[in-house]
Parts: sequence; C-alpha cells; structure tokens
Amino acid sequence: MAHVLWLIPALPLVGFLFLAIFGRRLGENAAAAVAVSAVTGAFAVAVAETAHIVSGNLTGVQQTLWTWIRIGDFAPRWEFSLDHLSVCFVLVITGVGALIHLYATDYMHGDESYSRFFAYMNLFVASMLTVVLADDLLVLYLGWEGVGLCSYLLIGFWYKDPANGRAARKAFVVTRVGDAAMAVALFILATHFGTLRIPDLLQQVPHTWVVGQQIATLTAFMLLGGAIGKSAQVPLQVWLPDAMAGPTPVSALIHAATMVTAGVYLIARTHPIFEIAPTAMHAVAIVGVVTLLIAGFAALAQRDIKRVLAYSTISQIGYMFLALGVGAWSAAIFHFVTHAFFKALLFLASGSVILAMHHEQDMFEMGGLRKKLPVTFWTFLAGSLALAGFPLISAGFYSKDAILAGAAETNLWLWVGGLLGVGLTGLYTFRMVFITFFGEAKHEPHRLPSPAAKTALITLAVLSIIGGGLMLPDYMGGFAPLGHFLEPVLPTHEAGHAPMSEPVMALIASLVALSGIGLAWWLFGTRPAFLERLQSGAFARGLDRFMLGGLGFDTLYDFVFIRPFVGLGKLNHRDVIDGVYEGTAALTEMGNHEVARTQNGKLRWYLAATAGGAALLLGLAIWG
Amino acid sequence: MTQIPFEQGLMLAGLLFALGLLGVMVRRNLLFILMSVEIMLNASALAFVVAGARWGQPEGQVMVLFIMATAAAEASVGLALILQVHRLLHTLDADEANRLRG
Repeated sequence: MAHVLWLIPALPLVGFLFLAIFGRRLGENAAAAVAVSAVTGAFAVAVAETAHIVSGNLTGVQQTLWTWIRIGDFAPRWEFSLDHLSVCFVLVITGVGALIHLYATDYMHGDESYSRFFAYMNLFVASMLTVVLADDLLVLYLGWEGVGLCSYLLIGFWYKDPANGRAARKAFVVTRVGDAAMAVALFILATHFGTLRIPDLLQQVPHTWVVGQQIATLTAFMLLGGAIGKSAQVPLQVWLPDAMAGPTPVSALIHAATMVTAGVYLIARTHPIFEIAPTAMHAVAIVGVVTLLIAGFAALAQRDIKRVLAYSTISQIGYMFLALGVGAWSAAIFHFVTHAFFKALLFLASGSVILAMHHEQDMFEMGGLRKKLPVTFWTFLAGSLALAGFPLISAGFYSKDAILAGAAETNLWLWVGGLLGVGLTGLYTFRMVFITFFGEAKHEPHRLPSPAAKTALITLAVLSIIGGGLMLPDYMGGFAPLGHFLEPVLPTHEAGHAPMSEPVMALIASLVALSGIGLAWWLFGTRPAFLERLQSGAFARGLDRFMLGGLGFDTLYDFVFIRPFVGLGKLNHRDVIDGVYEGTAALTEMGNHEVARTQNGKLRWYLAATAGGAALLLGLAIWG
Repeated sequence: MTQIPFEQGLMLAGLLFALGLLGVMVRRNLLFILMSVEIMLNASALAFVVAGARWGQPEGQVMVLFIMATAAAEASVGLALILQVHRLLHTLDADEANRLRG
C-alpha cells in the first residue's frame, strides 16, 4: 500500500496544474468537478492508507521518491511518511477540505475567476499535505512556504479592492517574521546533525544535547517562532483578523481548519526537541494562555461576524499551544481535530449568512435570521455549542476539558487562565448567535444555501457534535481511540498532581461555559436597552474601540516598526549607495561635454593646439 | 667662397618654419594655408641642407630631394582638395569647413 502514498499530495497538485492551464476554457461545473474530485480522491487514498495502518497494526508507512539535492553529506530526500500523528492531520485536511470545496462550488457561483479560485485551493491542499507528510524538514519547509503563498493568493483573491491586497501583504509579511526564525532553527539543526531528516533528528537530538542546554533551548525557541507566525499566536497574531478579506471558504479551510494549525503540527512533530528545552515548553504554554485571553477579549467587541470567528480561531489555537506547552500532546491534537470540524462549520454557516445578506458582514445589520435560514441556524448553533464547550453534547467540551486537565496538573495559573478563556468563549460565541439569529429581522435573505452547501454544513454539524467520542475522559469510561492511536508517536501525558479530581474540574469548566452563555443571553438576548446604557459611557466607548482594534497591537506595531521603517525609507528616498554610481555617471558625462567642446571643427584651432603641444614637449625635452 | 655660419643657416630655417606655421594659423583662406605649409616644408628642407653642409654628409641633400617630391605630391593633392572644398562650400574659408564639429 505504501507505494501510493505520493498520490495524496499529487492528486490536488494535478488538479491545480490542470485548472491553472485549462481553467479558462472550463465551465463552472467542470472546474468544480476537477477540484472537488482531486481532494476527494486524496481523501479516499488517505482513508485506504489509514485502514492499512490500523489493520496491520503498523506505526506508519513510508515512501522514498528521490533524492532532492546532494551537497556533500547533506542529501535531503523526497520522502513521505504517514504515521499516527500525520494520519490525523491528513484525514482532517482532505476530509474537511473536500467538504469545504463542495461548499465553495456554491459559494463562488458566478464569480468571474471561478477556476482560479479552485486552482489556488487545490494548490493549498497539496502544499498542506506536503507539510504533514514530509519526512524531511526541508521538504516540510517547502510545503510550509507553499501554504503561505496560497494564503497570500487567496486573501488577495478579490484583488481589485486595494484593501484586500493590503491584507494579503500583511499576512505574508507577518508570517515571514516567524518563517525566518524557523529557517534559523533548520540551519542550527543542519549544521549540528548534518541532516534534516525528521526521524534521524528526533532520534539523535535527545542523545546529543542534554536537557536545558543552551543550543537546544535556542533551537526550540526558533521553531516556536515559526509556529507562532503560522498559527497567529501573540505577538504575531495581527495578520489573521485581516486575512478575513478572502472569500469565506478560504477562511474556513486555510485560516481556521488547517493552515493555522501547522504550528501545532510542527511543535507536536518536533516534540523531543521541546522536551529537552523546558524553558521553551513553558514559553509555549504561556504564549497559548496569553493568546487565548487576548483574542477572547478582542472577539467580544467585533462587529464583523468573520472577525469574531477569526479571533476565536486565534483563541482556540491558543488552547492547542497551551496543551502542547504542558505536554498534553494528544489533547492538543484532539482539540485540533474537533476545532477543524466546528470552526470550518461556523465559517461555512457564516458564509451562508453573508451570501444571504448580499455580502453584508456586520452582525448588527443581520438579526432574526433564525426562521429565515433554518438549516444555517441549526448548524451554526451546533458549531457554536462546540466552540463554547457546551457540556456533554459538543465535541469542544471534551477536547477543551482534556487541555484544562493537563494544564491544571502543571500549573494552577495556566488552568485559571484557560478557565477564564472558557467563560469568554461562551460569552462572545453566543453574543454572535443572539445578535445574528435572534431579535428583529432587518433584511430579507436573498439567497438560500444550495443542496451542496447544505450537505457540507450538516456533515460538519454532525461531526461537531459526535467528534468528542474520539477521546472520552476516564470518568466517562475512558474510551479514547484517538489517544491510544497517538501513543506510538506522542508520549502520553504523565498524570501529575491535579489539585482536584477530573470530574470536579469538568463540572467547574461546564459551569463557567454555561455562565458565559447565560451572560450572553442576558445581555444580548433579553436586555438590549440595558446594554445600550452600559455602552453609552465614555470609558465604555473607549474600551470598545480598544477591543475592536484587537487590543492595540496594530497601533503598537505601526508605531514601533512601520512608521520608523517608512520614515527611514523617506529619509533615504534618494539612495545613498545609488548616489555613488549616479555621481560617477554624471561626472563622466560632464567630462565628455567639456572635451567635446574642443572638437569645434576649426582646422586652425587644431593646428594651434598641435603646435602648442609640440612646443611643450620640445621644451620638456630640452629643459625638463 | 664665404662660408655662411651653421647657426645662421639654422636660424633662418627656424624663422621660415615659424613664419609658415604662423601663416597656417592666422590665414583663413585655404590657398594661403597651403602656401604657408609649402614654406614650412621648405624651411625644413633648408635645415637639412645646412646640417648636411655642416657635417659634410650627402644625406642632407638627399632628404631635400625627397621633401621636394613630397611637396609636389602634397601640393597636387592639396589643390585638388581645395577645388572640392570650393565646389562644396562656395568659399575657401577654412573656418567654414567645420562639419566635423563635436
């Protein structure tokens, strides 16, 4: 079976090439068929490979294609490897990816660049699969940059609006900061070990470097830098809210379900390096908690439905980082899987709302859509319950609980931070639900979701509800197929000293989540008048503006980085270095003008000059 | 036969050469320029004769014969060119023939 592993990334790549070359000549239906079948085919191959691994009780399958380059002993190979960790990612990328492609066939209907959209989407899926299947960090880096490129192309997909172009550039530049750090980590590893092959590295690193060694910590921090950039964590989170300029299926696929979790994958994949660098591990956990709180607060004030979801994505990836930082590896992957389900669902459902509202994204212009868009409402509600961690009947509850349990065993403050985040999540999620779907209707919906879109929505809604069954906590029978499945790759979390038993913690988390939801109901569902009075104060308005702007990070960066840079650019508008070369050119030209004046065409003048020169030479010969 | 001193012969040659050069430089008429060039050529011929006499060598007079032949050739070519210039520009002013000005 291993010999068809290459098909998984190759199918979407072929889809991309086909659409890129023949896209203009294809109609909408043909282009959609190519794109959807490419991703679905990849999903089918992935399922077959997974079945092969599970039935054979294998730790993974591998396939070496060819040696990429050879420089002395350094010879990275194109080698794909599907182990238990990458299985989770591959299945989510292709499975959720296929559903989103299906949904997009409806969403993008009528767009003049229909086939271009699907070409980029297929290229993205191919790159992302390269990231998670790569067995060499250099190949992984190629895919890593590939997804960055596709993210740029798709954020700026409607390039005629300059604002979209700006958002795309911002995303590209900000993630580049993290990518530079990751490149440094690769350089360090390559110089110390002479290879970037992941299994070799992971096997050698713990034996060569000792725990807490400076170089190990540095490498781990640099890898963390790359992960932070791609996963939009503090302090590089500023690009993700602006990335919502892209079409909604893009937000669902790239900026919620898959690409932004590449950082989580990177850290999970290289976890032996982090395990010998405890400082970096703590940093991962702290980054996670700080991010989930900051993004949670920012989400509370957003008016644009997609920006609420963007901040909630940042916040949920913060939970995954928290889990990674406390060593609850499988909890992080579990949350990745459930998050992919419910966040993709929320984005797609919000896409349906946006389409129905003539591309209006301001929630305060919506309202009362519960009756008008029943399928959208009920699926959106399922996603919201999962996001808010509604007890027992949502996938998000179980995955978030697993993370909180891990956090509590490491540090009580991390647990408290996570718990506060649960309350915030409930509040901002149901603020969104109540404002969008309840209250008085302001506009009539003009377009209802097509059968294709409904299929995608309902499938994801079902997954968002039952996804929790992948890993149930011990007190509920401990049925945890995902946890057991990940055991060969990721070490199981050592049970530390939790301050209280797991059911008690789950109960507290449930109460916090429910009170967040309840507060949202009280504020936004029942008493809009009270809310208006609350918001009328000058302080409240200032706070609202501050939170709407993402807690001032953009302003800060504008002040610290962008303005000095632009100022320097203006200062050096006429380049100093260029001045040297331009000066030389000007000097030569001036000399030419002066010398050319002697060529006046006057015979007698030439003769006089010759005679004068001859006299001078004679004089020099005689007296010199 | 009275010997003319060597120095005086050379001085006369130099004087003639300078006169010819001055003529080339100050005259505008191409015909006069050509005549001045002839004077310069003859000045150098005189210098050869004087030098040949001073050291009793025949090569000085040989050179004069060469110079005369060259001068005749130069005069014929020069006059032909002057004719062409006159036909082209309708003037013999050397300063008007400045088509090669840079």
